Formats: sequence, C-alpha cells, structure tokens
Amino acid sequence: MTDDATPPPGRKGPETAADADETTAGGGLSTAPAEEEATSVPGSFGGARAPGAGGALAWTAREAVGWARWFWRQLTSMRVALILLFLLALASIPGSLIPQQGTDELGVRDFRQRNPGLSDVYDTLQLFHVYSSVWFSAIYLLLFISLVGCILPRSWQFVGQLRARPARAPRRLDRMPAYTTWRTDTAPEQVLDAAHGLLRGRRFRADRHVGAAGRPHVAAEKGYLREVGNLVFHLSLVVLLVAFAIGRLFYAEGGKLVVEGTSFANNITMYDDFESGTLYDLDDLERFGLTLNDFQATFARSGPDLGTPTEFTADVTYRTDDGREHDTTIDVNTPLRIGDSRVRLIGHGFAPDVTVTDGQGDVVYSGPVPFIPQDSALTSTGVIKVPDAVGPDGEPDQLAFQGFFNPTYNVDEVRGPHSTFPEPDFPVLTLNAFHGDLGVDSGLPQNVYQLDTTNMEQFTGPDGDLLRFDMQPGDTVDLPDGVGSITFEGFDQWATFQVASRSGNTWALVGSLAAIVGLVGSLMLRRRRVWVRAWTGDDGRTVVEMAALGRTESARVPAELAALADALTRDAPLLPDDAPDGGPDSPDDPTPESAAAEGART
Amino acid sequence: MTLAAANEGLADLSNTLVYAAMAVYALTFLAYTAEWILGSRSKVARTATALTAERAGQDDAEAAVPAQRPAVTVREAGGTSVLERPRIVSRSTTPARDAVPDGPGAAGEDEQGDTYGRIAVSLTVLAFLLHLGAVITRAVAVGRGPWGNMYEFSVALAVVGIAGYLGFLAARTPVRWLGLPLVTTVLLDLGLAVTVLYNEQTQLVPALDSVWMWIHVPLAIVCGGLFYLGAISAVLYLFRDRYETKLATGGQPGRLATSVMERLPSSLTLDRFSYRINAAVFPVWTFTIVAGAIWAETAWGRYWAWDPKETWAFITWVAYAAYLHARATAGWKGRRAAYLAIAGVICFLINYFGVNIFFDSLHGYGGV
Ligand code: HEM
Repeated sequence: MTDDATPPPGRKGPETAADADETTAGGGLSTAPAEEEATSVPGSFGGARAPGAGGALAWTAREAVGWARWFWRQLTSMRVALILLFLLALASIPGSLIPQQGTDELGVRDFRQRNPGLSDVYDTLQLFHVYSSVWFSAIYLLLFISLVGCILPRSWQFVGQLRARPARAPRRLDRMPAYTTWRTDTAPEQVLDAAHGLLRGRRFRADRHVGAAGRPHVAAEKGYLREVGNLVFHLSLVVLLVAFAIGRLFYAEGGKLVVEGTSFANNITMYDDFESGTLYDLDDLERFGLTLNDFQATFARSGPDLGTPTEFTADVTYRTDDGREHDTTIDVNTPLRIGDSRVRLIGHGFAPDVTVTDGQGDVVYSGPVPFIPQDSALTSTGVIKVPDAVGPDGEPDQLAFQGFFNPTYNVDEVRGPHSTFPEPDFPVLTLNAFHGDLGVDSGLPQNVYQLDTTNMEQFTGPDGDLLRFDMQPGDTVDLPDGVGSITFEGFDQWATFQVASRSGNTWALVGSLAAIVGLVGSLMLRRRRVWVRAWTGDDGRTVVEMAALGRTESARVPAELAALADALTRDAPLLPDDAPDGGPDSPDDPTPESAAAEGART
Repeated sequence: MTLAAANEGLADLSNTLVYAAMAVYALTFLAYTAEWILGSRSKVARTATALTAERAGQDDAEAAVPAQRPAVTVREAGGTSVLERPRIVSRSTTPARDAVPDGPGAAGEDEQGDTYGRIAVSLTVLAFLLHLGAVITRAVAVGRGPWGNMYEFSVALAVVGIAGYLGFLAARTPVRWLGLPLVTTVLLDLGLAVTVLYNEQTQLVPALDSVWMWIHVPLAIVCGGLFYLGAISAVLYLFRDRYETKLATGGQPGRLATSVMERLPSSLTLDRFSYRINAAVFPVWTFTIVAGAIWAETAWGRYWAWDPKETWAFITWVAYAAYLHARATAGWKGRRAAYLAIAGVICFLINYFGVNIFFDSLHGYGGV
C-alpha cells in the first residue's frame, strides 16, 4: 500500500485512491487475512538448478517447500474456508436422505433388501455411514486444519495489535466512510485536548499526535473485544470438535430389558446389546445394580389424543459400589445418573407370566416372558421356549408357544388378534403351540424372540385345524395327547434401559457455550477508529475534521461519529458557513500529510 | 369435564381466530397491492440519475468529490439562524452505489397509494392481533406451548414473521416494502396450516414434556420467522442489484421493472437490512441448536446423532456461517452472499416441512 496520493498506474478515479487510503487507515483493524490476490508463487518448477545430485536435491527441496507453502496459504485462506464450509453443508445432505447405520439399522437392512445393486454402490461410497466416511471426514478435517492454521497466526497478530497504539490519521479524512468538518473559534490545541478527553471518556484508546510530521490530530480506537469474540468463537469450534472426537472414542452404551421385579448389574455380560468406543476401557464401567420395582404407563383415554402416552415412569432401586441402596424414579426426560453413567428409560412392554408343565406333569417353565410391542396400542408378539420338556413317553419333547399378548384384546378378519388400547383393560394371550426340536443345541446363536420351526410340529385341535387358543389371566390350557399344559398366571410390565457413559460431554457444552458468547461479541461489537484533526485555516479560524472507520460497514459508525461530533461542538462551537460551496480547506487539494498512514499499517 | 368443554371451546375460538386473521390478511394483501398499483402512477427515476452522475464522476476523477462534501448547514427557524449539528457524510466501501438513494416505497409519490399503504399497515396490525389471539387461545386450550405439532408451528412461525415486520415499522425502520411479499407468503403458510397440516391433538408425548420444549422450539420459531424476513430482503436485493447494474452499464430496463425497482430501497440498504437480521439471529440459532443438543442428551442419551432434523439444523447453520464468512471476504460480498442467505432459509424450510413429512426422523412425533 502506498502513502502516495497518486493512484497506482492503470487505475484511476477517486474510488481507487480512496479505497487505497481506507485500506491503509483500516490496517490492523482486524486480524482477518488480507484478501490474497493470488500473489503467492509456488516453486513453479523453474529456477536455477545446480548440477549433480546435490543440485537436484536442493532443487527438489526448494520446490517441495515452495509448493507446501503455497498449499498452506491456500488452505488457510478465507476463500478456501468458505468453500470448505459450503462443501461440508453439501456433504451432510446425503446422510439425511439415506438410512444410516447406527441411527437407523432397520432402515439400512430394509434398503439393502430392496435395492441390492444400488446398495453395493452406496457401500463403495460409504453412503450408509456418511458422517464417518472418508470423504466427509476429509472435508471437516481440512476445514479444521484450515481453522487452526488461520486462528493461530491471527491470535499472535491480535496480541500485537493489543500492544500497538491506535493508527494515525490517514492523509485525507474525507475519504473515510464517515466524515464531518466544521469551523470554530476555539484554538486547535484546545479542540484536540477536548477531543482527546472526550474519546478517552468514552473508553476509546486515544493518542494525541502533535508533532513534526503531519498536522496534529487525535487517533482513537475502540472495540478490541470484537476480535477477542471472533477468536474465542473459532477456538471454541476446535474445542467442540475435540470433544466430539473424545465422545466417539471413549463411550460405552448398553441396552437391557428388565421385567418388573427383576434386576440387572452393570456388566457387559448382562446386556442385551452393547457397544463401546475403540479406546473405552471396559473396566471403567460404573459398578451398580438396578432393580425395576414398578413401571407405569398411562395413556389418554378420550378426545383427539386417545391412546397418546401421558406418562412413563419406572420406580427403581439401585445399589452402588459402596453397598448402599437408593430408591428413585426414572422417566423419559429425567435419566438416572450414577457416577459417570446415565440410565435412561427408552422402551416398555408387557411380559405374560406363564407356567408350563410337561408330559410328566413337572413344571418345566415358570416366569414372565417379554413380548415385543408391534404398534402404539401395544399389540405384542412373543415366543415361549421350553427346552426341558419331557414327553409322556419319557423322551425329550421340547415345547414352544408363539403368539400375541394384547392388553385390550380385539379380533377381526383383517388384522387378526390385536390390541385397541395400550393399557391392560382386557388382557388376552393368544398362542399357537409347537413340539419337537427347538434347535437350541445346534450351537447356532438363537434369537429369543424368534422361533425356528423347521424341526417342530404344530399341534392341531380336535377339529383338525391348527391349534390356537385365547387365554385370560388364570386360564390353563391342556395340550393334546397329554404332552403338557400351559397356565397364563398374569402379566408384568418390562422396561428397556440404556446405560451410557460418554466422555467429552462437558467439553462439548463448554465449547458450544463459549462459541455463542464469542459469536455475540464478534457480531454485536464493532471495532472502529475515530480521528479528529484541527488546524488553523487560511482565514484564521480553526478547521475541525472528524472521521470514523469501522471494520464492518454499519450504519452505527456514522451515527456514533455524529454523537461524538455533537459532544465536541460543546467545546468547539460551530461557526456558520459563509461560503456554502467552498467549505473549509477544500479537500480536493491534496494537502501533503507526510506521516499520514505511517502508523496505520501496524 | 367442564374444564375439558371450556378448553374445547377455546380451541374452537382459536380456529375461528385463525380464519378471521386469514380474512384480514387477504384484505391486507389487496391493500398492499393497491398501494403498488397506484404508486406506479408517480414518476420516480432517481436511481438512473444517481448512477449516471456517478459514472460521469468516474470519468472526471475529482468532480464527484465536492458533491459529497459536507457543509455545516444553517437552518432558518423563527427568523434566526440556528446552527445545526455537524452533518455526517458517509460513504460505503462500494462507492459506485453510494449515491443511489432509497426508493420512496411502494406508494411512490402517489398520495392515494400512500393512503392504501397506511390502510394496509393498519390491517396488518389487526390481522396480527387476531393471529396472536389465535396462538394464545390455542396455548390456553391445550395447556402447553402452542408449538406441539406442525399446524401450531406453522401458525406461530407466521406470527413471528409479522411481529418482526411490525416491530421494524414501530422502530421507524422504513420496511413497508416487505409488506406485500410477507403477507402473501403468510397467507400461503396459514392456508397450508389449516388444510394439510391441521391437527387438533392437544397431548404431547412424554418425551416432549420438558423445559427445553419452552426454550428450544420457540427459539427455533423466532429464528425461522426472522431469517425469513432477511431472505425476502436478500431476494429483493438480487433484483434491485441487477437493475442497478443494468442502469450503471447503460442498459435500459423494462417499464415494469423500472416502476417496481425504483420504489424499492437501494441495493445497499436491502443488503444491509438482510445482513443485520441474519447476523443478529445467527447466535440465537446457534443457541437453539445447542439447546436441542442438550435436550437430546437427556432424552435420547446422546447430544448429536445426525438424525435428519439435526443434520438439517446443522446444514442451515453452516449455510449462515458461510454467509457471514462471505460477507467478510472481499470477493464474495454482494450477490453471492445473498444467494447463501437465501439458501439458509431454504434449508430451514426443508428442515421444517421436508424432514417432518418425508424423512424418517426421531423428531417425527410432532404429528403432521
Ligand atoms: C469450522 C468452520 C468455521 C465456521 C463455522 C466459521 C464461522 C464464522 C462465523 C459465523 C463468522 C462470523 C463472525 C464475524 O463476522 O465476526 C466468522 C468470521 C471469521 N472467520 Fe470463520 N468460521 C470457520 C472457519 C474459519 C477459517 C478456516 C478461517 C480462516 C481462513 C476463518 C476466518 C474467519 C475470519 C477472519 C472471520 C472474521 C471476519 C471479520 O473480521 O469480519 N474462519 N467465522
């Protein structure tokens, strides 16, 4: 940037000169990188190359460094940051359209079944786990490298700016975004003293420049906190990302279905499903045991909300490592915190309580069997497996039952047996019965909620139809041929709990709140400079010039200047203009102002 | 039982108020339209003058400067000369457009048009009161925040947009030009709400029964309504900017374009208005997302899981972050920044309408 008034060759007009002036005067008003006009020259694969291997090596090194610097400068430029932000937004879209592993396993499975060909393509592109895919990670990692590469130098620069004094006035104040001038009878010295006092009173950092070079003036600056806010915001984003990464690496999450009256211990072997981050140490699992005493679910019984849940509450007792017992309740929005684990209520259903006897008359099964809800009225399906049953002939003859539990039973042609309301107003257990080989000894893992009927035979009723029976609590049904009986004793409710511990949550919270505070500072505060210059004009009167420059364009910069000028006129009252057109020193004639923007460049 | 009946009565009253508000908005729409039509009779064409003067000034380097020089004005009052405050001259960093004055508004300089404009504003106030009444009675009737499903959300979103508009008017910001586009879209939104989205459900599922329901959701509505105002301004900016560019390069825009564009504020004013709103709302939107994450952490056990709703909130956020960056980067100011602001609102709307209806999201229980 030049101090010279002459516009650079090839450019003309007041705009360019004014812009140049303004840029100089605005130097150091922000730590934002100056707009790079593709000035950086990479190694360019040219230049002298000394002969021999040494020369080639030196050349290669020089090239490599050149290119690396060029790449780094590109990466940390505002333009590339902008493009990366844009890419990040675009790259997030597919993940919201395609079912994602982790959040929607069922959707993924479904999609794979329906579109096998497309699924292969998606797999190659990692579209089933977009947010952990290589390309998505690449974008945000580049963005954050860019961010750090941008933030660190800016922080140093800002520390420098904090130490520096406000930039001196540019040569031509009338080219600043807000400008005013008037004449007064107060002596220039007094005007400047008053201006200095005024600006300091308004918490500007202000300096008086009386001196050899240039006309005396006051230079002032305010709003340094804006830069602090901006840096805090960007740094908080880094904190957030790190917290996010920690959350992904150090976490454990297990799910467990618990029937009323039963317990579980927080131990990996106890879970129905469990997953943890790669760096999570399983020995760190919080030690506790939990008993579900009672579960209540209530639902609206009338009006437009019929069947909508109004309350889910689990009464539990938990035992911590020190052997103490605590009673508490868990509901959907109030998880239980034990140490660094959180126990959340995530589902519920019914477990019919049955007793099964076999062909020998022995009780071979007794207890609640969780049935899985299929709809919002809690039509539930389930399987009862009885592997220890012995037939009337003394040979093992395993039994199994498959069917529905409906808290408010109804049956129709289309839907078969189903429930019409989620509370147990008319509970009925509807079952089919099987005998034969459950296949549990085959060594293959079995799903407790599914029945493999390949080696089983379904009982038929006296009329030759497949046997199906409805039971109300207390009912007993005898199976054909004396193979046994089943009694529907009653039912319990069950609840599923998720036990999770995750590191980094606090940091994520701190990071995001700091980001907001920083943002508010960055967007609401304005960093601006004000200059006041006063000198004795040709007619012996004092000419006062004031100008203001803000980092961002804002209507409030002129407004503030107006208020300041207004305050200053108390000490330097206005004189009416006798020459309406001539004004004070005509700004057209470039009065030499040697030291002009000298300080402005810091 | 009587309480339930009373609530049902209130819910009906709320519905009636929505329809009443829609009727008044329709009248408002007509009044704004009348303002635009009558305003076209006046002949205002200052933009071209300003821009051509500026071009002449460019040719003769220094000639433009005196025009900008401040003078200490002397105002005659009661015969004596009263000294005014020093007058502030401001110039923007896009000096070429600096001298372009704001248009006079839809009414142009037509008095009758202005009358219709005033009527339209009064009607907007009336419709707003009915509309607000509808939201409040609904809240009382259902005994919770009136933002439990898409119907309620749409009604509340529109009320925020109108409230913002009236708020600017009350603060003496000349934004009457927002009236017509805003009321038109508010009518569309309400129409959609009472037909497609209508839902008389009052109960919330237990997961929504949380203090965050009182923080996260209303804030999202406020952000949406205000971002929307910013986006209208950005769209108008794009048109007005093209018009000004055409004039500045010596083009001759059509008569209709001239008539409409001349009455809008200058591109600079539109751009700044849009920026001020977006910059003020962005931190609030950030907080809205953080509040949602805190809620998700308690209700679902994780603060962020890329659920479609979360994803689109994030996309919206990134779009606005890009917008603010663009404003700070020389090569991206102006039109490209405006496109980003519009993209931001579109993302918000996709998140709101699209995700609830077409996506499989945990947030889907709001009920369509
Ligand atoms: C994670 C990605 C990023 C996000 C979400 C983000 C967001 C933002 C936002 C919202 C602002 C507006 C605040 C203001 O105007 O003061 C801003 C300003 C700024 N950002 Fe970023 N940013 C990101 C990355 C970067 C990177 C990589 C750079 C460096 C090239 C950067 C440099 C800046 C600068 C210099 C400003 C201030 C501009 C000014 O002074 O007006 N940001 N950023």
